[in-house]
Amino acid sequence: MDISFQQAAYSRSQGRRSLSLTEKRNRTQRIETMAESIFTLCAFLAVFAVGAITLYMVANGVPVIYRLGVREILFSSAWKPVAADPSYGILYVILTSVTGTVLAVALGVPVALLTAVFLAEIAPRPLAALVRPAVELLAGIPSVVYGLLGMLVLNPLMYRLEQVVFHGSRTHQFTGGANLLSAVLVLVVMILPTVISVSETALRAVPDQLRVSSMALGASRIQTIFQVVLPAARPGITTAVVLGVGRAVGEAMAINLVSGGSVNVPLPFSSVRFLTTAIVSEMGYAEGVHRQVLFTIGLVLFGFIMLVNILLHKIMRGEDG
Amino acid sequence: MTGKKRYIAGITVLVLFVGLLMRFHDEAGRLHRTPVLLPAKTVVMAGSTSMEKFANMLAERYREVDPGMTVTAEFTGSSAGVQAVLVGRADIGISSRTLTAAEKASGAVAYVIALDGIAVITDVDNPVMTMTLKQLTDIYTGQIRNWKELGGKEKPIVVVGREAGSGTRSAFEELLDIRDQCLYANELDSEGAVLARVAATPGAVGYVSFGILDDTVHALSLDGVKATEEKVKAGRYPLCRPFLMITKGELEGQHRQVQEIFAYLQTEEGRELLRSAGLIVPDRS
Repeated sequence: MDISFQQAAYSRSQGRRSLSLTEKRNRTQRIETMAESIFTLCAFLAVFAVGAITLYMVANGVPVIYRLGVREILFSSAWKPVAADPSYGILYVILTSVTGTVLAVALGVPVALLTAVFLAEIAPRPLAALVRPAVELLAGIPSVVYGLLGMLVLNPLMYRLEQVVFHGSRTHQFTGGANLLSAVLVLVVMILPTVISVSETALRAVPDQLRVSSMALGASRIQTIFQVVLPAARPGITTAVVLGVGRAVGEAMAINLVSGGSVNVPLPFSSVRFLTTAIVSEMGYAEGVHRQVLFTIGLVLFGFIMLVNILLHKIMRGEDG
Repeated sequence: MTGKKRYIAGITVLVLFVGLLMRFHDEAGRLHRTPVLLPAKTVVMAGSTSMEKFANMLAERYREVDPGMTVTAEFTGSSAGVQAVLVGRADIGISSRTLTAAEKASGAVAYVIALDGIAVITDVDNPVMTMTLKQLTDIYTGQIRNWKELGGKEKPIVVVGREAGSGTRSAFEELLDIRDQCLYANELDSEGAVLARVAATPGAVGYVSFGILDDTVHALSLDGVKATEEKVKAGRYPLCRPFLMITKGELEGQHRQVQEIFAYLQTEEGRELLRSAGLIVPDRS
């Protein structure tokens, strides 16, 4: 009787305790689920944003292509959006963006690569400690500052060069130094930090055995770097270059101030207009078809960026496999 | 902690609620002020993009001057504005060009409310202080390419202008009758950018509204007429455009609210508003 009562009390208390345990577990579970759903929500915010932007760009940029025809927009070179007989050809604008990006990458990547080699392979620790923060700071400078400096320092210098190169020319239209070359130089400086830091990481990831083996076979340090380390780091370096391309294609503010802004064939000393700067500078007053074509330009730009990203994705996957 | 949070939440709700009530109260007050038989009227203005600043300032000001009336403005270009008035879609057209004969025949009546001068500017070191309209036209169409041809130094001319769609650009090209024929070396997207570029580039020439001129650049005399407000008011400066407000039929036949706006622009307060929008106000006659 006594014992059974005690037993009952014990089992009751046990029951209660186990109940509170489940309760606790349930609560933990609830918090877990809640946290999970919050994380999921946050994650989908990005997906939603990308989806919404894509939809918006397509909805605004495509109708006018149907109306005017692909040839009228993409393959015509006459950009006269407000003329009595308007034409909306953006061929030169596209070509300018392509040429500008290719030149910037062609000039910037060698410099960046050698800097990365210096940082990862050659530089003594104190020197690297000086160069690396400088490179990182370069990445942090707002692009409009690059533009302002370009306009106030680079353009006047470029104008002197222009006057020397085209001295006495009757056909050249003088641009005051605001030309493709200025824009390219600004872009070069702007892509340096990205390319340097990504390729430096790639170089550091190359196992030391490779270097040691190469040296043991009698190769010099420079031979080792160029024949062993750089090839081994190729996928990472390619990623760096693609990221640089992406940065150069999408830049607007800085080059808007230094590139002159007239729609021309992209020659080094011509005033040019990029895809990005076309949108930036004309959106303010554009209306009707003109405005819609600006959205089409945005769509083309969007296409370029997508291409760069897909390329990047492919390289990354190749690296893993 | 929760108590504190609740407290804060409570206050927030209270503030929002009070804010809501006040808004309602304000709306109700407006309704009371508006005579029932004459419902609140929206005056629609439509027209030139280069008068955007002025029209928006006017619309904003009118919220204070007469809360019972709403002024809205849309900027679709001078021609579209005049057309909107003629078909009755807008009450007042705003135009930065004079009316055509056809528009006048359809019943459009224009009133000059202000003037704007477009100054042709060079960098301060340029010795050329004056040019003819013909020379200016030749520079912008690419026939004159060196300051030497204008009696200046041996220096190439850097032709600076505004981007397609800019009101100043279309006015400039229309006044010189070189629409769509200009060969720009630089197309910049604001008046300030043009000013800065011309000031910093030896041998550059550009155009800006009188409103933003400063001493970092030279304003050239055109056909021997100095670029000053007085010359614009006197009608002598060639690159000058009238800012017009257009109604269908004479002003006397318009809605009371439309007449009120015109009357307001005649007051010293209204003239000050025009001036602060960077326009040149003609002297009282």
